[in-house]
Amino acid sequence: MIKKKTSIELKKLNKRFGNITAVNDVSLEILENDFFTILGPSGCGKSTILRLIAGLEAQDSGTIIINDEDCSSVLANERPVNMVFQSYALFPHLSVRDNIEFGLKLKKISGDEIKIRVEEILELVKMVGYDLKLPSELSGGQRQRVALARAIVNKPQIVLLDEPLSALDANLRMEMQQELVNIQRNLKMTFMLVTHDQDEALSISSKIAIMENGKIIETNTATNMYEYPSKKFSAEFLGRINIIEGVSSVIDNQIVFNSDTFGKINLERNIKLPKDGVLGIRPEKIIIETEINKQKNRVSMNGIITNWTYYGDMSYITIELVNETKVYINVQNIHRNSLQELNIGKNLYASFDVNDLIILEK
Amino acid sequence: MSYGQKVDIIDIDYSWGLANYVRAIDGVYLVTLFKSVVISIITTALCLLIAIPVAFYISFSSTKIKSILLVSILLPLWTNLLIRTYSLIAILRTKGHVNNTLESLWESANHVLNFFRLASYNFIGESFIPLSLMHNNFSVILGLCYIYVPFVIIPIYLVLEKIDRNMLEAAYDLGANHKIVFFKIIIPNISVGITSGIILVFIPCLGSFIIPELLGGADSQMIGNIIERQFKSANDWPFGSALSFILIYITIIILGVRYVYSKLYSRLYPGNIS
Repeated sequence: MIKKKTSIELKKLNKRFGNITAVNDVSLEILENDFFTILGPSGCGKSTILRLIAGLEAQDSGTIIINDEDCSSVLANERPVNMVFQSYALFPHLSVRDNIEFGLKLKKISGDEIKIRVEEILELVKMVGYDLKLPSELSGGQRQRVALARAIVNKPQIVLLDEPLSALDANLRMEMQQELVNIQRNLKMTFMLVTHDQDEALSISSKIAIMENGKIIETNTATNMYEYPSKKFSAEFLGRINIIEGVSSVIDNQIVFNSDTFGKINLERNIKLPKDGVLGIRPEKIIIETEINKQKNRVSMNGIITNWTYYGDMSYITIELVNETKVYINVQNIHRNSLQELNIGKNLYASFDVNDLIILEK
Repeated sequence: MSYGQKVDIIDIDYSWGLANYVRAIDGVYLVTLFKSVVISIITTALCLLIAIPVAFYISFSSTKIKSILLVSILLPLWTNLLIRTYSLIAILRTKGHVNNTLESLWESANHVLNFFRLASYNFIGESFIPLSLMHNNFSVILGLCYIYVPFVIIPIYLVLEKIDRNMLEAAYDLGANHKIVFFKIIIPNISVGITSGIILVFIPCLGSFIIPELLGGADSQMIGNIIERQFKSANDWPFGSALSFILIYITIIILGVRYVYSKLYSRLYPGNIS
């Protein structure tokens, strides 16, 4: 496989606002054509990273390399990136067409070329026929499309998206997520997105970096980040997880994890467990059974349903074990009839495969 | 009343003639009216030139400094107009603060020249000649600017505050420099505030009479002074009314222009016109 080119490289980036460290020693490498997402709770500094890359904020220290060029001290209007803002930031006094043309005109591109590109982009974002409207005459989703068009019409190699979908309602958001992915694949651009929405991050990114308190905790592909996270924070932030605490020991060349809640768990794996490591199991990997499961590799437990939340397609169930540990289980509502069995107070068994256990560093 | 005629010291003949209006558009009054318009335009332009940078500075300051600056802009408005105008007289008159300062500067300069035995060459004049800053068009325009500039700063500041800072960043991100951001993005977005400011200064300027009365000379009379004189010393109320009406008509025309302008803009900012 040919090694992909690096689009953006951040080296030991730091940024403080007064007493708050927004970006703390961040180093990142984003490859060409990646759909890279920084995921983190609000206020963790993820937007600041984007603003540093765009040049809208000056870093205290560190290097920003864009397309093999050191852009650390290049002004915002000369960086080869374009940004889509959370508030869209369209120019209210200009029509959709003028908004989209704004960047092209500044680049001194010929009138014919501008016309062709604007038509292309209007088609791409499905806004043909809206070119003479003003932003105030458009709906939220349409404004979002214009904001995206205004950025990508300049054909930057890198597009920065600062929570672009957070103002849209759920259905529209899903639709726009899909469109973003399609546009990114068609145009072969590097997209860098910042969001606090886990589902959005999982569904559209090729790579996810999880951020907390100004630091990048972990970077991985989207599926690996969910299935094989290595840090407790990233496992808990990206989806729900049951954490099992305990002490590990090696017996017969195999790791046995001794937990207060689940007893002895034979991991059937010969890997080194990190010091003060914990185990995690995703709620959907646990199944509900009527009797104890004695199959090899399965950990079975007995408990009482204490909470049941109904989501239509899924049920989120909490069962309480004898030792008062709470276990979260997600069940697909496959049959209508089976819903009656999920009464609160019902005693049942739940089990999971040890191979689905995730080993996490605290 | 403006259609009547004065027949006696206190009697007015309501003859419904247009004689007063004919007299009003006659030479000397028309010249004064024209001059008032010119002075008002110059004042408004100067106010804008001062107000836009000041409003920008306030708007982009930190919250703490912002409130201090805003209060210092508004504080003079708590003082009576007359007192503020008189204070200008104290500054501008022949023996006022400006001339006193200049004179002491001249004297120190002269001492220095004396020290180098150069005073006899009269490089800076034989003696200090005070600048005549009072009783001319300069002092009237300066006075009007001083009084009315807050009325331009405030509306421009208010619309500047409403501008989405992300929008400015978006413009830089798309490759714009400061000049393009200012003229292509900021100015169109604060034009509502600018027009409000212009109206708020131009109309009162046109009708002002205290400031030209106190600061102006024989040469810098404005239409307000003539109207005032018709009602007082000339005791020609019908003619004064006619002149006042002409002033009102001009004001209405200006407001009409603004209305049309704001109608055009309401397409841009629905429900955002003050």
